[in-house]
Amino acid sequence: MISLPHPMIKSLMTDLLDFTLLMDEIPIGVLILDTDRRVVFLNRAFEALSGFSHSRAYGVQCYNILRGAACISNCPVLGMTDDSHPVLCKSDMITLNRQRLPIRMTTAPILDKNHNTRGFIETIEDIRLSQNIDREERVAYSFANIVGRSPQMEKIFQTLPVLAQSDVSILITGETGTGKDLVAEAIHQTSGRESGAFIKINCGALPETLLESEIFGHQKGAFTGAVENKPGRFKLAHNGTIFLTEIGDLPLALQVKLLTFLDDKIIYPLGSTKGFKANVRIIAATHRNLEQMVGQGRFRKDLLFRLNVARIHLPPLRERDGDIRLLIDHFFNSYKQQLDKKINGFSKEALMVLLNYKYEGNIRELKNIVEYAVNVSTNINIEPHHLPSYLLDPPLLTSFKQESIEMQALKDNNIAISQGSIFNKKNTLTTPETWSSIQREIIIGALKNSKGKKNEAAKILGWGRSTLWRKMKQFKIDS
Amino acid sequence: MIHKISIPLYHEEVAPRFDMATEVLILSKGDITEKKNIILPRSSADELCHLMLSEHTNALICGAIEEEYYQFLKWKKIDIYDSIAGDWSRAFHLWDKNTLKPGDILSKRTIEGRNV
Repeated sequence: MISLPHPMIKSLMTDLLDFTLLMDEIPIGVLILDTDRRVVFLNRAFEALSGFSHSRAYGVQCYNILRGAACISNCPVLGMTDDSHPVLCKSDMITLNRQRLPIRMTTAPILDKNHNTRGFIETIEDIRLSQNIDREERVAYSFANIVGRSPQMEKIFQTLPVLAQSDVSILITGETGTGKDLVAEAIHQTSGRESGAFIKINCGALPETLLESEIFGHQKGAFTGAVENKPGRFKLAHNGTIFLTEIGDLPLALQVKLLTFLDDKIIYPLGSTKGFKANVRIIAATHRNLEQMVGQGRFRKDLLFRLNVARIHLPPLRERDGDIRLLIDHFFNSYKQQLDKKINGFSKEALMVLLNYKYEGNIRELKNIVEYAVNVSTNINIEPHHLPSYLLDPPLLTSFKQESIEMQALKDNNIAISQGSIFNKKNTLTTPETWSSIQREIIIGALKNSKGKKNEAAKILGWGRSTLWRKMKQFKIDS
Repeated sequence: MIHKISIPLYHEEVAPRFDMATEVLILSKGDITEKKNIILPRSSADELCHLMLSEHTNALICGAIEEEYYQFLKWKKIDIYDSIAGDWSRAFHLWDKNTLKPGDILSKRTIEGRNV
């Protein structure tokens, strides 16, 4: 394998390039400093942002030109060495026309070919716009892309912004499909590290030997086949967040290595004695019971304690009161728009099926069901036969809060019930039934409530008289 | 009327940010020796404004200052020389001789140790 030399600016292309023209094309502010923090160069975007021209700033200490809060309180250039890596921070600056702007600064040393620091480069981004967009994106009953209005989710929505702003390690637990990945990403997006990388590692997806090299990187020649240096995910996530999903599947040997990193924040790539100080926030997630695994000796207790600084437990969908309907509507609207379908919504029967189903795959399963239904539906409403067939045929599991779901469904459909439920509770709670038998029960219940009057029964069910007649014929119900 | 001036400091220089200064010099016109050095418990633009008013200063030499505070101090009839960069003593000297202008860069311009 041929390794290409790093191009020097002088020989970047065959013709000499104008450095100023090159830099002026970059849409974010660039400030180049000498080793004494004096301004050597600034590009057009920085001129526009700060109001300082190149001639006015040339040779002046950078804190008099950038005028950032970080320059005074915690200058990122001070303390940078030849080995330093880019440092990212959020701050604010005061422009020449006395306006205070929120900014994101990235500072890195400029090294010569002998790896000696010859100066520093700072990029300055105006983040006013992204802050405004963040505000606009805040939708009711949601945080980032997570939707919910149940008390359990409300509590989580209140905790997430606080945890996002801190830099602590977070452990997310919850059944499969409850949105652990989404929460991890939301935390990253709302934290100070949002402009850094969000790197996800599935600890259960790779064999142990590959996983170590994947996470921590390796040095050229560390093992057969290591033909070049590999940075590893931790190094790639520098100044960002690393998300270790399925942490319960992490092999014990790597648990020790992760533990060492959590202690001193230095990673040692495989075969290297030189460590790399990685500024990384760790978020871990698992659907396993880590405490139980600790008891069985499959997970290190000390690692659990280090990861478990803050814990977020995501409740399964069946425990989230009222969220099923909200999520059905949310996914329906999103897929309807995405697929450009002219569908009004779910029919009462289809909705009844969805609200009574026990989502063992949680939100992921619900999302897939809605996506399928929107895709296959050709009617104005989604009917039960547009839903995946496994929802209709196997036992409808109704072991959870049956009553509240019935009530919600009925309220949502404006079905007037004068007394009791139209469901045969005894049957629904004990015997497995098909959708057909449930429909039959519903019709019989409505007829009983209306004392055999079909008009009234049809009203209770929210159907037309002909639909009721057709269904009665279909289910062989004699009047 | 005695002319008194406030200069928020950053080491020996005029503070690059008014709101970040934790040290203020208060001097009278014509006398650099009679100076009062005030150390603030924390940096705060509001507290600095309050200090200037309680000390009856009528001029301010500073670096970057937000429009809100600039207008407030102007309203309080304080002459403001903002966006000044460099040694406080040189800034004071120029103010004393009525030659200081807002935006003056008084520090030496050097690149890699050489004057430019």
